[in-house]
Amino acid sequence: MFALISLTSGLIFGLGLAVSEMANPTVVLGFLNIFGEWNPSLIFVMVGAISVGLCAYRVQKRLAKPLFFNDWSIPKLKQIDSKLILGASLFGIGWGLSGYCPGPGLTAIANNSAEAIYFVSALIAGSALHFVQTKVTN
Amino acid sequence: MELFISPLLGGALIGLATLIYLLCLGRVTGVSGILSNALFKSDRLAPALFIIGLIVGGASYGSLVEQTVAFPETRSPILLIISGLLVGYGTRLGGGCTSGHGVCGISRLSGRSIIATVTFMATAILTVFISSFI
Repeated sequence: MFALISLTSGLIFGLGLAVSEMANPTVVLGFLNIFGEWNPSLIFVMVGAISVGLCAYRVQKRLAKPLFFNDWSIPKLKQIDSKLILGASLFGIGWGLSGYCPGPGLTAIANNSAEAIYFVSALIAGSALHFVQTKVTN
Repeated sequence: MELFISPLLGGALIGLATLIYLLCLGRVTGVSGILSNALFKSDRLAPALFIIGLIVGGASYGSLVEQTVAFPETRSPILLIISGLLVGYGTRLGGGCTSGHGVCGISRLSGRSIIATVTFMATAILTVFISSFI
């Protein structure tokens, strides 16, 4: 059941990236180009996702535990620190360079393999770098 | 009119995936975190299957789902590698990406996520603006 739900959620998520065309960097870069030929479509992706997401978290608050698992694993951090700001800033620069954030970048493995080979390898390397750094500093 | 129907529908599907994963398994659908868990955590099955599903679902673009906008011409490996490193490292340092902070975090009304989303949107817009002069 656990495996089936994970796979299904991933499938629906990927389908959402396709239907919204967020899987296409041209669309994403067009959205980020607010001073040029702006393509506002991504706003509607956020509106659609957050509308359903708000409902999801309202229901979540009323449940004692998840339907098929023992406990909740939802971020509890509240602190706004330099890591958050620096991390988000670096991420934004990387996103603005290619139009790939992690989800759409991963779907490029299926849709645009010539680019995905470089982007996804570097995505994993960047993530690994942070993992190792955290291990060393702890 | 039709301009925003597909994005809205696609967004709702992303929200639906978030809802199912949250209410059934109690977890957030932040793709950068799920990818990192699939690679580096001991309990890899759920995150790995989510990532496989995401790639398979995304493959519907241009086949099952109509593609109306062309992909950009294949860009230089150096640009893609720098972008990937920044996205990979930055999302882990900042604890989330477009999905983790932008969708899940804002849906939870998390102050951290709202700040993070405003920050990465700003630097992304600035990067695209500067790139247009190069």
